[in-house]
Amino acid sequence: MLKDADRIFTNIYGWADPGLKGAKARGDWDGTAKLLKLGHDEIVERIKASGLRGRGGAGFPTGLKWSFMPKEVKDRPHYLVVNADESEPGTCKDRDIIRHEPHKLLEGCVVAGFAMQAHAAYIYIRGEFVNEARRLQAAIDEAYDAGLLGKNAAKSGWDFDIYLHRGAGAYICGEETALLESLEGKKGQPRLKPPFPAGVGLYGCPTTVNNVESIAVAPTILRRGASWFAGLGKENNTGTKLFCISGHVNKPCNVEEEMGIPLRELLEKHAGGVRGGWDNLLAVIPGGSSTPLMPIDVCADITMDFDALRNAGTGLGTAGVIVMDKSTDIVKAIARLSYFYKHESCGQCTPCREGTGWMWRMMERLVRGEAENHEIDTLEQVTRQIEGHTICALGDAAAWPIQGLIKHFRPEIERRIAARHAVDAVAAAE
Amino acid sequence: MSIDDRIASDQPKSFKFTAENEKEIKRIIAKYPKGRQASAVMPLLDLAQRQHDNWIPMAAIEAIAVRLDMAEIRVLEVATFYTMFNLKPVGKYFLQACTTTPCWLRGSDEMMRCIKDRYGIASGQTSDCGRFSLLEVECLGACVNAPILQVNDDFYEDLDYQTTGALLDSLEADAPLPVGSVVGRSGSEASGGGTTLAAVKSGKSATSTSKKRGSAHA
Repeated sequence: MLKDADRIFTNIYGWADPGLKGAKARGDWDGTAKLLKLGHDEIVERIKASGLRGRGGAGFPTGLKWSFMPKEVKDRPHYLVVNADESEPGTCKDRDIIRHEPHKLLEGCVVAGFAMQAHAAYIYIRGEFVNEARRLQAAIDEAYDAGLLGKNAAKSGWDFDIYLHRGAGAYICGEETALLESLEGKKGQPRLKPPFPAGVGLYGCPTTVNNVESIAVAPTILRRGASWFAGLGKENNTGTKLFCISGHVNKPCNVEEEMGIPLRELLEKHAGGVRGGWDNLLAVIPGGSSTPLMPIDVCADITMDFDALRNAGTGLGTAGVIVMDKSTDIVKAIARLSYFYKHESCGQCTPCREGTGWMWRMMERLVRGEAENHEIDTLEQVTRQIEGHTICALGDAAAWPIQGLIKHFRPEIERRIAARHAVDAVAAAE
Repeated sequence: MSIDDRIASDQPKSFKFTAENEKEIKRIIAKYPKGRQASAVMPLLDLAQRQHDNWIPMAAIEAIAVRLDMAEIRVLEVATFYTMFNLKPVGKYFLQACTTTPCWLRGSDEMMRCIKDRYGIASGQTSDCGRFSLLEVECLGACVNAPILQVNDDFYEDLDYQTTGALLDSLEADAPLPVGSVVGRSGSEASGGGTTLAAVKSGKSATSTSKKRGSAHA
């Protein structure tokens, strides 16, 4: 188990003061100016050396992403945009950073913004987090009053502003280009890439969009050293990570753990184990609703990191671990996710707009067994036609949970179809 | 849901931001670069909704379009794209129940059943007394404290049939329960106190669940 001394988010549960005084006592804003003295390139190099991979779901190396920004600021300003539109079912870690550790995020914005030569950051927070936005705005105001933001931020010689922008209920705005559209005052419909945001982002200017957790860990990495962070976890999957454990465990919780922790250990050490014991486990969705589920035999010895989960045909995603015990109607659990994606499709690309609705209706029939066995193949084939054929990854995200279900629980779907046919046959005979 | 269902048929003739909100609008627009005032459309819609009993009349859409130098249809399409903008009246207590899989696994059906038993309303409907509106919503992002019921701005967590009833009782009495977990968790720690950060906990401060009210439009 990760030692408390190696935890970055020591106030993740809000047991101490989330304000500036408490944050400083935890080490935030300690020598920020000195960190910036490292220079733009050196900060990027150190984040690269730490092995930090983006905590928003895709796991792209954070330092590398920062390095894509133009080396010189020309006629267009650079922007840092923080994606706090946390909406992936199973994920609730950024909420805790925002309400209990807001200064880690703000200091991270200064450090990351400076590294990419931006003088401004916009934090886009999901609209439903009203109280969290209040808490974050209070922290921003506090930081301005203390001279940590604004002109000569934290006496670093670098001017830096942070603005909070609230969303209004649209999962799609967690997609970085949809987020930028939304921030510009439009419907949140993803942009075609290229051009990528590092070239043409917010207001047509070079922009990097990062997840809250990725930004919030940056100052601690720089203070404690890239090698400290890289020494935790596994090769290519370094550091610590906030895991969100929901569903059928005895004690659902968020917890910061080392990357690569075995799933079983994560559930049993921190979440009180699977309800009814390990053998009562049916399946786990390891990284938020988009990642395909794993049946118990895969869960038994899987480790929670990007590469191990990818090799198992799923993903670490946001590390939103959704646990389902044997009482779960697994087809219905996935059908509910299909409804989610149907509801959240922005409507721009036909395969997604039409496909998410079609898949949901098909899934509802499978819940009741009102289908023929060959239609399972048709559904699988349709998921393949949606996946990879849309501007953004929402189409993929809608397809993957269904693919996972068919891959691992096809006999259960066929059993329902057979049962339904049997009932129908009896009814017809009467 | 068709657009006709979403927009109130009975509309007030005019809408005017209060003097206080006009000041707030200036502060909001200043967050964005010159000429990019359209970025303020969502904050202004939110402001209008808060000023106008939690729903946005068409007259406010027009006023915002003028204020931000946008075509009215652009403001309306933003207002209809995002689910948090109400374009028709809702009750004093707007109940947004999360039923997405993580909440469903933890018993959101029971929470919904309690609301239905009491008011006989389904998603999108308002109670006969007019004080309670229900909307089934997608993931609220507090999954380890599932199931969640959002009442206006506030999250109520770890609910079941009985505690949902107690919450509704408190709303009916206009004395809402404290915001957050109804089983006494301070945050997202495992119930019973969590498995990490014992040292922080022993120095526990009382400020962790501040229920501060204030300006919501950040």
